Amino acid sequence: MSRISVRVQTAPFDPTHESTLLLAGQSGIGAVASFTGLVRGDGGLKALELEHYPGMTESMMTRIAESAMTRFALSGCTVIHRVGRLEVGAPIVLVLCASAHRSTAFQAVEFVMDWLKSRAPFWKKEEFMDGRIQWVQPREQDAQSLRRWGEGDA
Amino acid sequence: MPDILYFAWLRDRLGRERETLTLPSDVTHVRDLVRLLHDRGGEYGEIFSRPELVRVAVNQSFATLGDRVRPDDEIAFFPPVTGG
Repeated sequence: MSRISVRVQTAPFDPTHESTLLLAGQSGIGAVASFTGLVRGDGGLKALELEHYPGMTESMMTRIAESAMTRFALSGCTVIHRVGRLEVGAPIVLVLCASAHRSTAFQAVEFVMDWLKSRAPFWKKEEFMDGRIQWVQPREQDAQSLRRWGEGDA
Repeated sequence: MPDILYFAWLRDRLGRERETLTLPSDVTHVRDLVRLLHDRGGEYGEIFSRPELVRVAVNQSFATLGDRVRPDDEIAFFPPVTGG
């Protein structure tokens, strides 16, 4: 049975519920590491509008999750990314990685997030309190984060 | 005929999210298509003269200028991604 679950959705997610689904029927798991990304209200930001490339997004997210499963010998991996308009404080992304031991679970979550930021086709538009609207520019730091996982694709 | 898709600020600036294009016979690689779009001038000329601003996917996989394009491909142009 596939233990990869990848979704793009406008609705909020429930990390506890997702964790329960990930663990159901498995006994060899000793650790679940979880990351939730939120809309951060820097510099007068009011909301983000998230756009994606339907089809390619899901296939890239699946490839990233498969890569994490193999690389860290995970028992399961859930990746949920929201799209649409999200106000400051709203959760954007959830990554859950389940493994026998904590170190691989932690590492796998970072791996998935680093690849998501650089390889999954999402784009963010910022909406500020003063009415300005602008597309978010990619950060060189994200590309550097990817480099620590070595060459090659997710 | 390939479908060409545009996302994020490329779509905003070009004023369209998709078009269908008949490829001339000398357009066989992404590089040729970029040149064809660039030669339209205007916003196309500006955007496609700066390849560092643009990423491309062929049939929903990341591609480079040296990759082939074929008549039934889905080709997408977009800015570097900013998800997560």
